[in-house]
Amino acid sequence: MTGILDLATIWAFIIAFAVFVYVVMDGFDLGLGILFPLFPARADRDVIMNSVAPVWDGNETWLVLGGGGLMAAFPLAYAVLMPALYTPVIAMLIGLIFRGVAFEFRGRATPGKRNRWDVAFAGGSLLAALAQGIALGAILQGVHVEGRHYAGGWWDWLTPFSALTGVALAIGYALLGATWLVMKTEGGLRDRAYRLSWFLLFAMLGAIGAVSVATPFLHVQYTQRWFAWPNIILTAPVPIAVAAISALLLRSLANKWDYQPFFLSLALFALSYAGLGISMYPYIVPQSITIWQAASPASSQLFMLFGVGGLMPLILGYTAWTYWVFRGKVRAESGYH
Amino acid sequence: MFEGWDAVVLARAQFAFTMAFHIVFPAFSIGLASYLAVLEALWLWTGREVFIHLFNYWLKIFAVAFGMGVVSGIVMSYQFGTNWAAFSDKAGPVIGPLMAYEVLTAFFLESGFLGVMLFGLQRVGRRLHFFATLMVAIGTLISAFWILSANSWLQTPTGYAVNADGQFVAADWFKVIFNPSFPYRLVHMVLAAYLTTALVVGAVGAFHLLRDAHLAAARVMFSMAMWMATLVAPIQILAGDQHGLNTLEHQPVKIMAMEGHFTSHPDGAPLILFGWPDQAAGKVKYAIEIPKLGSLVLKHSPDAPLAGLDTVPRENWPPVAIPFWSFRIMVGMGVLMMGLGLLSLWARWRGTLYQSRLLHAFALAMGPAGFVAVLAGWFTTEVGRQPFTVYGLLRTADSASPLAAPAVGSSLIAFVIVYFIVYAAGLTYLFRLMASPPHHGEPGPSGKAPVHGAGIAPAAGVAAEGAVR
Repeated sequence: MTGILDLATIWAFIIAFAVFVYVVMDGFDLGLGILFPLFPARADRDVIMNSVAPVWDGNETWLVLGGGGLMAAFPLAYAVLMPALYTPVIAMLIGLIFRGVAFEFRGRATPGKRNRWDVAFAGGSLLAALAQGIALGAILQGVHVEGRHYAGGWWDWLTPFSALTGVALAIGYALLGATWLVMKTEGGLRDRAYRLSWFLLFAMLGAIGAVSVATPFLHVQYTQRWFAWPNIILTAPVPIAVAAISALLLRSLANKWDYQPFFLSLALFALSYAGLGISMYPYIVPQSITIWQAASPASSQLFMLFGVGGLMPLILGYTAWTYWVFRGKVRAESGYH
Repeated sequence: MFEGWDAVVLARAQFAFTMAFHIVFPAFSIGLASYLAVLEALWLWTGREVFIHLFNYWLKIFAVAFGMGVVSGIVMSYQFGTNWAAFSDKAGPVIGPLMAYEVLTAFFLESGFLGVMLFGLQRVGRRLHFFATLMVAIGTLISAFWILSANSWLQTPTGYAVNADGQFVAADWFKVIFNPSFPYRLVHMVLAAYLTTALVVGAVGAFHLLRDAHLAAARVMFSMAMWMATLVAPIQILAGDQHGLNTLEHQPVKIMAMEGHFTSHPDGAPLILFGWPDQAAGKVKYAIEIPKLGSLVLKHSPDAPLAGLDTVPRENWPPVAIPFWSFRIMVGMGVLMMGLGLLSLWARWRGTLYQSRLLHAFALAMGPAGFVAVLAGWFTTEVGRQPFTVYGLLRTADSASPLAAPAVGSSLIAFVIVYFIVYAAGLTYLFRLMASPPHHGEPGPSGKAPVHGAGIAPAAGVAAEGAVR
């Protein structure tokens, strides 16, 4: 049951991969919404929207894969976590509705009412980001499980720790959004995005630090996972790499290398995400349900593995092609609306 | 608030509400994506500008409708877990993979190529753009394949076993996917999507013909839509009949509810046209019925015996009034659609297709008929399978999440408020787009008429189109 490459472990990596792709792709997308209030000029807002309009829908599809895949591969985890995260999940969905329809609606609204959909885009993005961060914190701190059910209340998710992770994720998304703008825009808009990136990078490092300090206090297992010998040989490189990437990011911001900050920010996310994986594995509901306990039968996991194996390269291929088609700087006159 | 309410009833209300608001958009975008692919193919093939104008006209409408379908669809994919956790735990190993395949084969395809379809004509050229349109259209159909397979398995489960944890597990994936009701439901739903779109296109065409009978683009779309109604409505009625016979075989209780057959009829059942189903009394009050016709329709023999709900324990009865009425609404819409198709055929033969104000008024009134029929059909089949989520195997009452009523009630209210804001705005924008006549040099969602763009489109092609004008 606990071999290195059994089906449940493979699926844990697939779901983790889908969620990670979602986090980075919709992350910059939501980050743009979070930063929206800081760019009040109509022309800037059009450029910001247009930089992501052709791809936002594909970005959110990874969220559907994460949710649908979790239900299919780890139905017990899905059945326990969704009621436990009830309010954050509903809030996230409502946020995504508002910011999703805003892409089309703000172009269709009469000029006087356009501002409403700008507010919907910004508010929805922020709400979704906070809700996702809170959900993450709520998962990390563990949920009350009895038998095969969630047995807690519908406000258990709200703690200082989950509030911290909510704010931390929103800051991280804002950094991705700012560095995305650095890469995709030019002129005054890009200059402001550079200044924001500086500020957001330090904010994100502060957030990573705060979450890293708080996490070991949640469960003694987390402390042992990170600091006990010999694990520390494997875990120590993570904070060292965070420091190295941050230094590179600072250098690229200082030298105004437009493309590097975004990808280095992605690397920061990847390291934070790896840190989460180190804390959680092999639990899918921390300290309650392991990936093997939650796994759907081999017949289900194997059936889907064929699909993922055959289709994922194709999906990644045409997703990359779409980004390639819409590559380069977005200019005001190439407006989609 | 909601103290003392039944959380399961609230969860059902939430599912019905969010599903009803969601389903109209896929139904429309399945048909519209195919229509757009046809329009673009005709443009590439004939070079006639009217087709690219129509393409751009409907593409803007598609973009709004598709976005609304996407965001309301994400809600559905999480609602199984939030409100129906016990169901997800038990049925997840079977229907989860079907929905995962829907994401992998359909959602990524649609969303991956949608950006190019909406904004990319000048960047990728005509051939690749047409390919993108085709991928979006095919994606919507693949999506229908998987989600209807999953839904059909819940209606007519086959190819499964039950494991020690009480979960359904697949014993034979082929039997799971191609379960007995799936082929019928797939055909019925895809035809419904095509008809729904045809009726909307026809209504918009009719609306503009009523104002200007010479508008070329309105003529083309009206004619195309009326051909669709003429040809597909009768096929749909046949397909629906076959679907009904399949339901009689696999879910007879649903048919009893749809027909209002509370009592058994050993020597030929009547066809109840109208009446008032009284669940408590176990009979249809004020029934207007035609003797023996029910058996003739369902068994193709007037004297064939038909069992009624009196042979079924009461705790397994669906709420009869809803499928009884929604079924009649759906059939009524189907008959009206066929009537519209025949009337248009008559007008076409007489040469008055573009002049007959009566026909145009009728087509305009029938614009929403497809949506009404789709919703009525879904209420028939979904309420008709109650009180089960997995038919005959898992009760709805045993499927819900362990949540208190205030949680479910609050989220229901939140969704109702959000949907009314978003849908009111979305419908306003859709109507505004539809109310403006398709015109020469119709811009696409990018705000430009692609034929005028520099881009990769060959200059010769642009010149040729100029000549066709």
